[in-house]
Amino acid sequence: MSTILIIFCVLAAVTIATAFLTIFSRNPIHSALYLVICFFSIAGHYLLLNSQFLAIVHIIVYSGAIMILFLFTIMLMNLNKENEVHKPRITRLGAIVSFCLICIVLILVFINSKPIVGEYITTGEDYQSIKVLGKVLLNEYMVPFEFASILLLVAMIGTVLLSKKEKTEK
Amino acid sequence: MDSTIIIEKSVIILVVFGITMLMAMYSTLAERKVAAWLQDRIGPNRAGKGGLLQPLADGLKLFSKEEFEPDTPNRFLFFAGPALAMTTALMTSAVIPWGDHFHLFGRDIILQATDIDVALLYLIGVMSIGVYGIMIGGWASNNKFSLIGAVRAASQMISYEVAMGLSLIALLMMTGTLSLREISLQQSGMNWNVFYQPLSFLIFLICAFAETNRTPFDLAECETELIGGYHTEYSSMKMGFYLFAEYANMFISSTILAVLFFGGYNYPGMSWAVENWGVNFANVLGIVALFIKICGFIFLYMWVRWTIPRFRYDQLMHLGWRILIPLSIVNIIITGIVILRAEIAIYLGF
Repeated sequence: MSTILIIFCVLAAVTIATAFLTIFSRNPIHSALYLVICFFSIAGHYLLLNSQFLAIVHIIVYSGAIMILFLFTIMLMNLNKENEVHKPRITRLGAIVSFCLICIVLILVFINSKPIVGEYITTGEDYQSIKVLGKVLLNEYMVPFEFASILLLVAMIGTVLLSKKEKTEK
Repeated sequence: MDSTIIIEKSVIILVVFGITMLMAMYSTLAERKVAAWLQDRIGPNRAGKGGLLQPLADGLKLFSKEEFEPDTPNRFLFFAGPALAMTTALMTSAVIPWGDHFHLFGRDIILQATDIDVALLYLIGVMSIGVYGIMIGGWASNNKFSLIGAVRAASQMISYEVAMGLSLIALLMMTGTLSLREISLQQSGMNWNVFYQPLSFLIFLICAFAETNRTPFDLAECETELIGGYHTEYSSMKMGFYLFAEYANMFISSTILAVLFFGGYNYPGMSWAVENWGVNFANVLGIVALFIKICGFIFLYMWVRWTIPRFRYDQLMHLGWRILIPLSIVNIIITGIVILRAEIAIYLGF
């Protein structure tokens, strides 16, 4: 086995294990921390694919910002095991059924979609370089990029407005 | 070929690790000496000549103290807290260029552990995960004061990260690269970035103070309100790790300030020195210049700590969100206009 394959196997095992632990652990803070480890191993996968930029941005955005805010709220809310609400049986049944349906749909999609397995042609360009990435994003994909930034801006303004409204009502 | 690179890089990494530890160790002594000097005292002078062995004595004391554990259900996380704080404090030094290069054994040795393309983003990433050590430790202590200290520290670090990142964007627009090695090379001679981006430097400096949780932003360990902050429940070497991580962080952020804004290892007349005195000697001088700059910043940290009183918490948040962030956005706009001045002049028809 080559080194990269071993690294990939270890990373994949960590990713899947921590993802399951996120769901199964009883303590909400533990599950948030498992999710952080999961994000780190996903960043490792990006590094294996030679995309440094994506890996680092993934760590900054998910582990560095979103999960810290998550931890924040969980720590301050002080959730305990006693507070956990038992879901009624019909809800659980519904969840299982919908999960199975999604599984069937996904499996059918993957079977029917014929992925094009082609050879990539190396043009000698350094795809790890941010300069290349930036030029591609802002030249060829300019319009989608701008749309994405407008979406982010709208989301940001919306959040500010929502959190402000409560204050004026008081 | 392959093995020589591995040996070369391992030696650099070990040396950098050793130097970081040494600097962090002696920063503790320097802090006490500077405090003593500013308050007209003598300071520690018993261990060794003029107190030079004081850090070793402190370390010995911390190691030999009783290891007390609070009654916490999260024993693993309680141990992981200080370890994480120390790890993130040491990780940053991987991308810093300590000098240009040496010419030894017939090959050029670049004085940097790794020269990745996204070094600047890597720095921001490591800073952003530096919060975990404090938060996990504070929460796992199972103590309300520790938790409040941890949440304060974390919210402060998150708030100032925003302004810090924005101030770096202005710098980035000017340098056009994220690689710290190239940023250092661009500043050769006296072309230091601080002369071109003074506002960015100021914002970054203030945010660096907040990121390292130092006075005037050390609300996390505000003794009068929170006893000892997030490390209230820690004792022995675990406590030592938290304190040590703070000093290691201080050293690293001083290094970043020196590399990004004060020319890194460059000193006036370096190219002349390379021609006349040889590459190796010129670069030794470069490393010395870098460490003089770093020590200057460490002194600034201490000077501020013993001069300026602590901010109130709302003042801290006000400064971060309402002053520094708008200021850095204005700085970005100004930098953009200056970069595109020729195009703008053509567009306006001058």
